[in-house]
Amino acid sequence: MIRLFLTKLYNEKLAFYSFVYLIFLILLSIIAYFFAPYDPDVQDLSNIMAPPNSEHWFGTDELGRDIFTRTLIGGQAAIQAGIVGILIPLFIGVPLGVISGYVGGIIDDIFMRIVDAVLSFPAILLALAITGALGVNLWNAMIAIGVIFTPQFARLSRGQTLQIRREPYVEAAKISGSGPIWIMMNHIIPNISSPIIVQASFSFSLAILIEASLSFLGMGAQSPQISWGGMLHQAYSMIFVNPLMMVFPGLAILLSVLAGNFLGDGLRIMFDPRTSRL
Amino acid sequence: MFVQFFLRRLMYVIPMLIITTLIVFSLILLIPGDPAVALLGENATEEKIAALRSQLGLDQSILAQYWNWLGNAVQGDLGRSLFTGENVSQTVISRLGVTFQVVLLAMFFSFIFGSVFALTSVLKPNSFLDYIARFFGVLGTAIPNFWLAMILVVIFSVQLGWLPATGFISVTQSPVDFFKSSLLPSFCLGAFGAAQITRQLRSSLIEVMESEYIRTAFSKGLLKWSVMWKHGIRNALLPVITTIGLLFGNMLGATVVMETVFALPGMGQLAVHSILQRDFPMLQGVVLIMVLMIIVINFITDIIYGLLDPRIEFK
Amino acid sequence: MKQELIKVENLQASFSSQQGTIHAINNVNFSINEGEIVALVGESGSGKSVTALSIMGLNAGNIKYSQNSTIYYRGENLLASKPKTMKKIRGNELSMIFQDPLSSLNPLQKIGRQIAEPLMLHLGYSYQKCIERIIELLTMVGIPSPEQRINHYPHQLSGGMRQRVMIAMALACDPKLLIADEPTTALDVTIQAQILSVLKKLQKEMNISIILITHDLGVVAELADRVLVMYSGKIVEEADVYSLFESPKHPYTKGLLQSVPNLRGDKENHLYTIPGTVPNPLNLPKGCSFYNRCMHASPKCHDKSPTWKYDNKSLTRGYSCWHPLTDREEVKHYV
Repeated sequence: MIRLFLTKLYNEKLAFYSFVYLIFLILLSIIAYFFAPYDPDVQDLSNIMAPPNSEHWFGTDELGRDIFTRTLIGGQAAIQAGIVGILIPLFIGVPLGVISGYVGGIIDDIFMRIVDAVLSFPAILLALAITGALGVNLWNAMIAIGVIFTPQFARLSRGQTLQIRREPYVEAAKISGSGPIWIMMNHIIPNISSPIIVQASFSFSLAILIEASLSFLGMGAQSPQISWGGMLHQAYSMIFVNPLMMVFPGLAILLSVLAGNFLGDGLRIMFDPRTSRL
Repeated sequence: MFVQFFLRRLMYVIPMLIITTLIVFSLILLIPGDPAVALLGENATEEKIAALRSQLGLDQSILAQYWNWLGNAVQGDLGRSLFTGENVSQTVISRLGVTFQVVLLAMFFSFIFGSVFALTSVLKPNSFLDYIARFFGVLGTAIPNFWLAMILVVIFSVQLGWLPATGFISVTQSPVDFFKSSLLPSFCLGAFGAAQITRQLRSSLIEVMESEYIRTAFSKGLLKWSVMWKHGIRNALLPVITTIGLLFGNMLGATVVMETVFALPGMGQLAVHSILQRDFPMLQGVVLIMVLMIIVINFITDIIYGLLDPRIEFK
Repeated sequence: MKQELIKVENLQASFSSQQGTIHAINNVNFSINEGEIVALVGESGSGKSVTALSIMGLNAGNIKYSQNSTIYYRGENLLASKPKTMKKIRGNELSMIFQDPLSSLNPLQKIGRQIAEPLMLHLGYSYQKCIERIIELLTMVGIPSPEQRINHYPHQLSGGMRQRVMIAMALACDPKLLIADEPTTALDVTIQAQILSVLKKLQKEMNISIILITHDLGVVAELADRVLVMYSGKIVEEADVYSLFESPKHPYTKGLLQSVPNLRGDKENHLYTIPGTVPNPLNLPKGCSFYNRCMHASPKCHDKSPTWKYDNKSLTRGYSCWHPLTDREEVKHYV
């Protein structure tokens, strides 16, 4: 199953390498605690704001901390945000959407009005407001991101459910006496999974982007917790002194977001070869 | 018939307004524990907490709280800032102009860059320009706007000294200075939009140019440019209207980051400040006004789409 | 003798694709006289549409014509003419209608505007000046209350009405030649007959030539004066419509005639299908391209491509086959 997936994905080169990159990123940010060349929090005031060199590959920040180590570990916050940001909508948004589409009627009307209403909020502002209300920290920021992605997943699952709920295999299951929950779990959800996986891939990278923005604003990861957005916030305060500090955390965000987008594009083509590529 | 269409669309907006206001109101319910204590801090005196509780109406039932809040909001009263005591509606309205000017300029950039990229890309497929356009289409949706802002500040403000790194001058004061002060923010804000419009317009142009009525147009004797203009671009722009509506919402949200980076005194900056100061009435005010603007814009794009696409019947 | 309008000589065209060169047309010769309806018959992929689009100059950009390919229209070689000349002829003297009238009309423009386009382009009319002519055209093609119809959009019309609009648009500038590419295929059977009679009536009134592209021999019998049968990018048989149905010379033509559904209803005769498929245009055989499907094939057919032979002195009846069917050979014709 996994091998088949990988062989198929291998045909979409860009998506395949993005996938490899993301796996690599996850592993690297975990093992960075044990193998990183420096302690991420140790200050070396005799060697501050060093440009990239053989000892400090990405240079050092204004307190002499190693940027390479901090960038590696900062990946954890991003990866966590990406994962939480898609798990919440997968476990809340998808069931709501499937129920809405399968049951229909007044429940569908109410759910979809709520979805429309939430979607009319600017995503980042709503995430910010929710984080602000719950209390400013990385965990609440990730929850907020998950919450704002939920309606999109609900709408997508509902649309897909509407398309297949009159299919013969669903009707057959109904006639053979299966209950609605069984049908939704065993017939609807497996058959609408492809577009949801694609959406999850795009949402993963959007979650990384929003987490970085929130942390940049000081509304996500709080010092001493390390995040790419937080590192860029630091770099911004040093922008007139040492512009080099912002290069690597920014590149890390850009590459990770690109990887998620490419993976999503590749998966979309893999699941549905008729769609065009950009 | 059009009036009916208009009214039906308007009817659709009403539940949206009810639910969005409910969400904005509910933000205060998300505060863990007693909001009054949370907002004033543990050391506040009993009287102060009691006073805030009655100011926020926390001693009433939730529904009654919402009803009061909504009733006041409809009359334009969004309460007072917990921090400065300013009138929330007036403060938010005073910040509106800055945000609106920057967003409009950003939208202009998005549309111009997006259209030019999409057109060059479609006119010369697989050419160098096509690859450039596609490259920007991919990059623009992935680059963090605040990072782009920092790069441009380093280049144009720190190194070259051409543009100010922060601050804002309104267009009513000096159009030239307005342009200088909002060029970088608008550009960074518009980068995502430009990429989106490039992708959307490119794919819809390709789809339209492959359609059979384009062949019909050629068979009438029209040359490539007339076909492109009279039948291609016009038809391809139609779905872009919806994209532009969505982009407005997206950009309003992104001002939160951009106005902080460039220190623009707009609504986004106000939102960030009010969270940092735990000034909830102000935050609610900003969020409410932004979401109302988005609902209005989506309503307008919906109507425009209905007017431009004859296939949508006004019945 | 009638005046010759179009003369196609040595037409050879290919497309380059990722898989290789697709030989779409392989040496096609024919001519169309003024006021004549000529049917171009063949299976899909036989090159009939590409031939027609070559006359209009509307083939995709990656088409390549061979050096000696010519299409003469009133002494002008269309394949070698400048875009400016072509622009004046196309849509003015030569015009075309297509298979699916809904997707062939711009969904966002009123039909009046769309019919006005060639008039404004070629005759320099203003839209106001066009209206009278448009109403006249819509009346000619049998659209009721044309004054209101000009302000309708394509989706508001029925399929048959849309095809009438397409015909009105094609005839706007009094063309010499109308190319009708499967004009009735996408329509209901009852509507098909109406569209055919409109075409027939207008052809007589305006004395235009029509190239009728179709795979439907019923349509051919209804409308055409002369028939060109195409197979694998070549014309394999040419005949006036009576001779063709009476005594086909090429085995492929015979096969086509036999595969027409039988209305007399003798149940023993199942619908005939020609066995096999059209040869791959990426890799054409060196001999006769019908060899692999032909009951009369001999080794000679495999080795050598048949040459064109005329069957009569007036050079209006010919075929390309080593083993032509003899006259009065048993042919079941059901049309």
